[in-house]
Amino acid sequence: MKVLVPVKRVIDSNVKARVRPDQTGVDLANVKMSMNPFCEIAVEEAVRLKEKGAADEIVVVSIGPIQAQETIRTALAMGADRGVLIQTDVDVEPLEVAKLLKAVIEKEAPGLVLMGKQAIDGDNNAVGQMLSALLDWPQATFASKVEIDGSKVKVTREVDGGLQTLELDLPAVVTADLRLNEPRYASLPNIMKAKKKIIDITAVADYGVDLAGHLKVLKVTDPPKRTAGVKVENAAELVAKLKTEAGVI
Amino acid sequence: MAVLVIADHDNASLKDSTHKTVTAAKALSGDVDVLIAGQGVDGVAAEAAKIEGVRKVLVATSDALGQHIAEAITAAVLPLAPSYDAILVPATSVGKNFAPRLAAKLDVAPISEIVEIVSPDTFVRPIYAGNALETVQSSDAKKVITVRATAFKAAGEGGSAPIEQIAAGDGAPKTRFVSDEIVKSDRPELAGAKIVVSGGRAMGSAEEFHRVIEPLADKLGAAVGASRAAVDAGYAPNDYQVGQTGKVVAPQLYIAIGISGAIQHLAGMKDSKVIVAINKDSDAPIFQVADYGLVSDYKTAVPELMDALTAAGK
Repeated sequence: MKVLVPVKRVIDSNVKARVRPDQTGVDLANVKMSMNPFCEIAVEEAVRLKEKGAADEIVVVSIGPIQAQETIRTALAMGADRGVLIQTDVDVEPLEVAKLLKAVIEKEAPGLVLMGKQAIDGDNNAVGQMLSALLDWPQATFASKVEIDGSKVKVTREVDGGLQTLELDLPAVVTADLRLNEPRYASLPNIMKAKKKIIDITAVADYGVDLAGHLKVLKVTDPPKRTAGVKVENAAELVAKLKTEAGVI
Repeated sequence: MAVLVIADHDNASLKDSTHKTVTAAKALSGDVDVLIAGQGVDGVAAEAAKIEGVRKVLVATSDALGQHIAEAITAAVLPLAPSYDAILVPATSVGKNFAPRLAAKLDVAPISEIVEIVSPDTFVRPIYAGNALETVQSSDAKKVITVRATAFKAAGEGGSAPIEQIAAGDGAPKTRFVSDEIVKSDRPELAGAKIVVSGGRAMGSAEEFHRVIEPLADKLGAAVGASRAAVDAGYAPNDYQVGQTGKVVAPQLYIAIGISGAIQHLAGMKDSKVIVAINKDSDAPIFQVADYGLVSDYKTAVPELMDALTAAGK
């Protein structure tokens, strides 16, 4: 079975996002960029499926600037087999990302799409669900366990209050939550090997998807700041303040 | 224009996030309908009918809807879509699961986790784990929106909307429900609790977490939360996690015990009305957002706090 893993290049999760003074967005100049952490978990899961013999080829797809090749290369070093970059310098909305991925999938015909539940920049949590809708495939989001069983996949999902387990007919779209696995660090020999793996560089125009956009970002601002309050000396003073000053107990 | 709110519920009772989403819907339109998609939901529908300002309550029932399967909910809602200009969904694990699927079927761009309505086509939503707020304008004639419930007040009671049965749709032919493991608790639900007591990595073990955090929570009638570090270390279950990747809470009182205050965690609780931090490290970032800080080891501070609460009649 072929597994397709879409990945996104985002600001590194350890870097604090700073709003540009002109309020047009978040400053990405000279900021460390990495693979979105949830995408990394999806790549790891795909590699584990291959190691278990449940998958035989892993194709990684990214949509973004030419530098997104580095993100694909990271996935190849983790164990993916080849990459496809849809090169564009414009911000692509989730719905259009889903349409572009659908076009890739119709060509590649994977048995399973494994992807992150959300990207940590836009925090939309939408592409996986939209992709499965466009393909009319079943979906399982927020996966914490994925088991392939012939033509089916059993997925345990993290939901409010606990876990839900579903069984989907393949092909299907599964989105990864935090606790699905802990991604590996690529070894030096694998990083070297990844340099020889193939990345197809394509253009949005190759897929016939209109990027006109449905959403317009009017401005990006800092959230309201909370200021530090007071330090109390002991628990008794704390309770007194909560009771009389704040009135919350 | 008319707005459809798709209710969050567990088939037994309506979740407060529904009332809050109705408030958001009322900011868009005077004609707000509520859909209950589930199984055995007569009680839930009756609760929804009482929400003030609701025009009518629609009820769709099937096993797959009762199991909150995204494909089934989407199939039930699609035939209703032509009657509405906006579909609002609480941003819970169920809502976040089906809303983008519904949007894609309607060829519209979903707008995730709005915290403010600027105008009928313009919304504010957090991005970058709440480190920035994006004001976004939609050109879609029909809008599919998930609502961060903590940002809106709950709609009141006192309505008596009519209840109408509708078709359940095609279900989810390619998806089968296997099992649920839902943790039953007598404590209030984390997302809607008035008081939340959260523990961090400082607890050191699951036993210590139970021993320290839970009695304090029970004394205050509070929900129990945890930092991601505490959850990752196995001290607390996954669904206790407060933060960008867990639950976003905004209670009247949030008490953080042994939590340093990583950005990730702050994104999930910084809209709480009053924040209390107890931490032995006076430089912990949590103190920068806390209204009341107590620099002390939780091992001495929490027993003292229990005693002080008892003395104060709690």
